[in-house]
Amino acid sequence: MTATMERPTTTVHTRQKRGRLSAGPLSTRIILTAVLGLIAIYFLVPVYWLIVSATKNSTDLFGSFGLWFAHPQLLTNLGDLFSFDNHIYLRWGLNSIVYAGGGALVATALAAGAGYGLARFSFRGREAVFNTVLAGVMLPQTALALPLYLLFAQAHLANSYWAVLLPSFVSPFGVYLCRIYADAAVPPGLLEAARIDGASEFAIFRRIVLRIMSPALVTVFLFQFVGIWNNYFLPLVMLSDTKLYPITLGLTSWQGFASRQPLLYQLEVGGALVSVIPLMIMIVVLQRFWRSGLTEGSVKA
Amino acid sequence: MATGKRRRLSPGIGFLAPFCLFFLLFFIVPIGYALYQSLFRTERTGLYGELGTHQVFAGFGNYTTVFAEGAFVQSVLRVLGYAVVQVPVMIVLATVLALLLDAASARGVRFFRSAFFLPYGVPGVIASILWGFLYTPGISPLVSIGGHLGLTLDFLGPTTVLWSIANIVTWQFAGYNMLVIIAQLKAVPGDLLEASRIDGANAWQAIWHVKLPLIRPAIVLTTVFTIIGSLQLFTEPLVLQPLTANVTSTYTPNIAAYADAFSNNNYNYAAAEAVLLALIAAMLSFGFLRLVGGRRRG
Repeated sequence: MTATMERPTTTVHTRQKRGRLSAGPLSTRIILTAVLGLIAIYFLVPVYWLIVSATKNSTDLFGSFGLWFAHPQLLTNLGDLFSFDNHIYLRWGLNSIVYAGGGALVATALAAGAGYGLARFSFRGREAVFNTVLAGVMLPQTALALPLYLLFAQAHLANSYWAVLLPSFVSPFGVYLCRIYADAAVPPGLLEAARIDGASEFAIFRRIVLRIMSPALVTVFLFQFVGIWNNYFLPLVMLSDTKLYPITLGLTSWQGFASRQPLLYQLEVGGALVSVIPLMIMIVVLQRFWRSGLTEGSVKA
Repeated sequence: MATGKRRRLSPGIGFLAPFCLFFLLFFIVPIGYALYQSLFRTERTGLYGELGTHQVFAGFGNYTTVFAEGAFVQSVLRVLGYAVVQVPVMIVLATVLALLLDAASARGVRFFRSAFFLPYGVPGVIASILWGFLYTPGISPLVSIGGHLGLTLDFLGPTTVLWSIANIVTWQFAGYNMLVIIAQLKAVPGDLLEASRIDGANAWQAIWHVKLPLIRPAIVLTTVFTIIGSLQLFTEPLVLQPLTANVTSTYTPNIAAYADAFSNNNYNYAAAEAVLLALIAAMLSFGFLRLVGGRRRG
């Protein structure tokens, strides 16, 4: 299992060869590709529409056929988007990066420690803690967000960066993944050897364990990053100052005014396109690690 | 630090403690607080509440009101009806896509896998704004193409809007679920398939008797998460709300709780709704897990 984790690319290659063997005659393969192509249209057309529409002016957005270009002016639109309302869009983008990046970083560190602690040490109450954390994975967000708001309001933390950041530090799913990964990948013998060499527990964790667990940590970071970036309920409940909004909340706040200020429809389309780009890049770059992590999550479920 | 008792404390607890502290503060305490809040009622003194408010113990009063008023129950029934259709569609689609990609020649696989997965990178809010445009007559190419073909497509009507929401959710998460299933499919040992081929199994038999049983855990996992997701439906209907009168303020349980807390300023009532929703989600997830677990043993 460890070997699979260290060299995901080679494994994928041999496995794909297996797939090719069972592919059958040419006609079957053509039909298969055609079916896949049709399904791909369903998934891709909305994104294509978004790209085409982001290049249009407000009149063409409503007046021209949605799936083809008309008087493209992407740069003008982007200029309008970024300069509108004192560059508020840029600020929303930075807020999203702070929330998702900061939250995911701390969440990953906490989950790594907890997962390793659960996997490689035995102590009383270990399974009880793990089961409680697992139950946390299944909790609906309202059950948390509403009381969190009340508690934060009493602590004068509502409507601040901390109101969105602090709850994002907790990733029960991350602990679950880290425990399973550490169970499979961190060799007890290696830990024993390091202890005999006189290394402290924390040094062992920092120098050896974190390195071995890095594929799982990338997975946890990515999951948490995407989760926070996409979270709508928590910031909606917590924040009233538009300057603190993440990008998702900001864009829907424009929706409310769009019927009176039609330019906002155009800004919304452009803003939606731009907001999707960082996430796409991240997913493409980190997908390789991610897939190996996903196997871990599902194998023992 | 170095007393005899302390030394016997496992270092594992030290690694666990930071997470547990945050988990306690931002998971356990809020749940407890929601439970506590749901048992109280805010009473206002003075004719318009101008003399201030105070909390009165209400027991299960909020819960009986939730059931008596019916709007919340109706919203739960609506998302359950939605789940009965959307969950199987999602899981079957994700499984079929995973099996198709597994069977396809290696050349196109990478492209198709990315294409199906792409929408997962689109936040729910953005996906809803995007599909909202695609549902709105006058701006939607789908409606205009339908018009040319003589079809009047009404995506935001009283009976259709729920399925338009289902479409947004399916579009976003089918590829993600597909990836989870593919990950497990890759773990199917090659010699197992080889053996079944030598035994004379054709492609369908290999899928039915070898692949499907082995990817069961992944299917169970994605099903449970999809069920929980259906109950929590919030972003998609809320973003579509300005576009249609058919998404009410009690359309889904989450929207109802949100409206009760922030529009009607009745936190206690909203807390009771949130607790009920958590209970229903837990019951359904564990019920489903037991159902498939039991069948496996049998």
